[in-house]
Amino acid sequence: MDFEYTQSEQNFRSEVRQFLDENLPAATDKGPVFMKHWLKKVREKRWVGFSWPKSVGGGGGNIMEQVILKEEMSARKAPPLGTCMMGLAWVGPGIIQYGTEEQKERFLPDILDSKYHWCTGYSEPNVGSDLAALQCKATRDRDEYIINGTKIWTSLAPFASWISMLVRTDNFGETDNKHDGITALLVDLSTQGIDIKPIENMAGGKVFAQIFFDNVRVPIKNRLGEEGNGWAVTISSLANERSSIGEVAGLYTKLEKLTDLLSTSKWNGQAAITDKKIRRTLGRFEAKIEAMRLNGLRYLTKQIKGEPLSSETSVNKLHRAELEVEMGDFAVEKLGEAGLQLRNQEDAVRTGYWATDSLNWPTVVIGGGTPNIQKNIIAERILGLPKD
Amino acid sequence: MNFGFTPEQELLRDQVRRFLDDNCALPEVRRIMKSAQGYEQGHWQQMAELGWLGLIINESDGGVGLNWVDLVVVLEEMGRSLYPGPYLSTLCFTAALIDITDSHTQKTLLPGIAEGKIKGSLALLDRPGDPHVDNISLEAITTGEGVFLSGSKPFVHDCGSADYFLVAYRQAQDFYLALLDANDPSLERSHSATMDFTKRTGKLTFDNLDISNAPRFKVSEHQINRLFDIGAVGVAAEMIGAAEAVLAITTTYAQDRIQFGHAIGKYQGVKHRLAEMYVDIESFKSLVYYAAWTITDSAEELSRSASLAKAFASDAFAAIGIDAVQLHGAIGFTQEYDIQLYLKRSKWSRASFGNADFHYEKIIEQKQNSQGI
Repeated sequence: MDFEYTQSEQNFRSEVRQFLDENLPAATDKGPVFMKHWLKKVREKRWVGFSWPKSVGGGGGNIMEQVILKEEMSARKAPPLGTCMMGLAWVGPGIIQYGTEEQKERFLPDILDSKYHWCTGYSEPNVGSDLAALQCKATRDRDEYIINGTKIWTSLAPFASWISMLVRTDNFGETDNKHDGITALLVDLSTQGIDIKPIENMAGGKVFAQIFFDNVRVPIKNRLGEEGNGWAVTISSLANERSSIGEVAGLYTKLEKLTDLLSTSKWNGQAAITDKKIRRTLGRFEAKIEAMRLNGLRYLTKQIKGEPLSSETSVNKLHRAELEVEMGDFAVEKLGEAGLQLRNQEDAVRTGYWATDSLNWPTVVIGGGTPNIQKNIIAERILGLPKD
Repeated sequence: MNFGFTPEQELLRDQVRRFLDDNCALPEVRRIMKSAQGYEQGHWQQMAELGWLGLIINESDGGVGLNWVDLVVVLEEMGRSLYPGPYLSTLCFTAALIDITDSHTQKTLLPGIAEGKIKGSLALLDRPGDPHVDNISLEAITTGEGVFLSGSKPFVHDCGSADYFLVAYRQAQDFYLALLDANDPSLERSHSATMDFTKRTGKLTFDNLDISNAPRFKVSEHQINRLFDIGAVGVAAEMIGAAEAVLAITTTYAQDRIQFGHAIGKYQGVKHRLAEMYVDIESFKSLVYYAAWTITDSAEELSRSASLAKAFASDAFAAIGIDAVQLHGAIGFTQEYDIQLYLKRSKWSRASFGNADFHYEKIIEQKQNSQGI
């Protein structure tokens, strides 16, 4: 075991720190003018799409450099490296692996330049965890596909310009070969026949939507990968696992906020943090976050040795899901009725941060596979228990 | 950056695994745990020859000169096998000798430990409670005739098989450790098994015992806390292997046991609990590995990392032990079936060197002290 960094890794860390000293003002005003400047600067450094190959405009950063960049950005609570989140995390890597040269030239620079948002269309009203049973269909008409059907819970759809989506082009209504006959398409959301209906979530946000497709024509040059091979395209982009470093930093920040809240909030005339049970719970949160950090380092070690990660990443997903639910709920419980007040409501605590937080967890907990699905993955793929 | 084991450490693991499988499989564990002395001298000699008793002892003192990360590998495998013997207690004793005593004492005892001729144990606490210096209340009385101890040290690990004890006491405002020879006839000791028959305990009783001729070492609170933390990491390392054994046994059972026409492991009520066990074990494993690394490589982090590891492991393994028995149904409740041995181990491990209540409180308290929250 050794937790040392090589000289070149240390040099890279210094470079990042120096950049942050020069380009990240301590002032709280990080408005649109600053963001525009920031995005331009980090793009010049090639830190947007840092893990992407240099040949497509990425940074070509190795895995340790990626870790260091994330660590330093998280430590300084820097704004994101590029705002096209879905494009950077999922769509871009899929295009890099499966896209045509034309698709790469057309889409990747826009993602790196944060020009517009992408969203990803997987779930349908009757298709959630069992994604391969998807029914939204596309039929061929010479050099076009015609899409009919609907996608739902599509995050960022109300703001996105393009969608990377899965459609069924074969094996309609079959249950045995449902993984075959799925095709990935890249679709311009301004195409005629597309209707996006935002859905308000329980926290009051409108960040996801249902999208209806009524005879939507998509040129076949916008197909990602071979026809019928969409499942493989999706699996490999989902397997493009992110390390949990960003999440861990976020959770540690949240724990600090929670500790601070309980140190300053009174309950029965005492600082809440003097309560034994509260202290034990804070300790338990800390142990879980630290376990996530260290699990991440063990998985990173595997990656450095060139061993692919597989289902073990479900471990940290489950921890994160639990923490996201429990921390917000714990804060709201300990605040009593004051914890129920949202922003702008009378006597709201910390502008309703915890009240909103306690309602916002499904974004993390359900998106990307529910805890039940993660447990199935561990039980079946790691422990070798029978599929159900 | 490498948070993993070296090929040499993996070889050590294989060696320990093979030795325990060949010599100390569960039927043999059951035989030994019912014996009077609770361990097998033949195994102890073999372990000495293999170098495991002197793993963290310097080569100049007859050891192998490795560190706690190597030890974790051995302890994990011992936990997996429920190895019955005074390994962990002797190890904690060894760590204290290295940390605290003078080179003369080390030269006298360490080679003997490495050769398997000397076993030892720590006798730190004397009133029921957490591993905290407040629970060391034994006071030495100095007169013109000597330095005298009157009182007792209950729950001394492997009290019956130890050749030496390091006994903690107070004198004036300070803490001391006295090195006492277990075979001194004026030192009264008892020994017994615990609920977990693979773990032995006992009591030392001092009836105006003169320790003026015994080597005595003044220790700071910090040094004693470090011994507590090291003990916690040692226990937690055994917990990894033991908990993994529980998961393996229960997973196999869930694959084989048919009810309602299917292996019960197909049902989510069963498979999800097993998946949760995996998640918890993976996680406290990471915490323990890191804590073991801090013992030699980042001492200022030891207190926090040891407590995070022992707290997480204590809660998790206790629940794993109970649920594993429950998932087996009635057969899990029988003496004949092995799973209950691990349930007992989980309770021993939780109590040893501080439970989760203690360690979580310690984490928050230290954070408050250092950050002034």
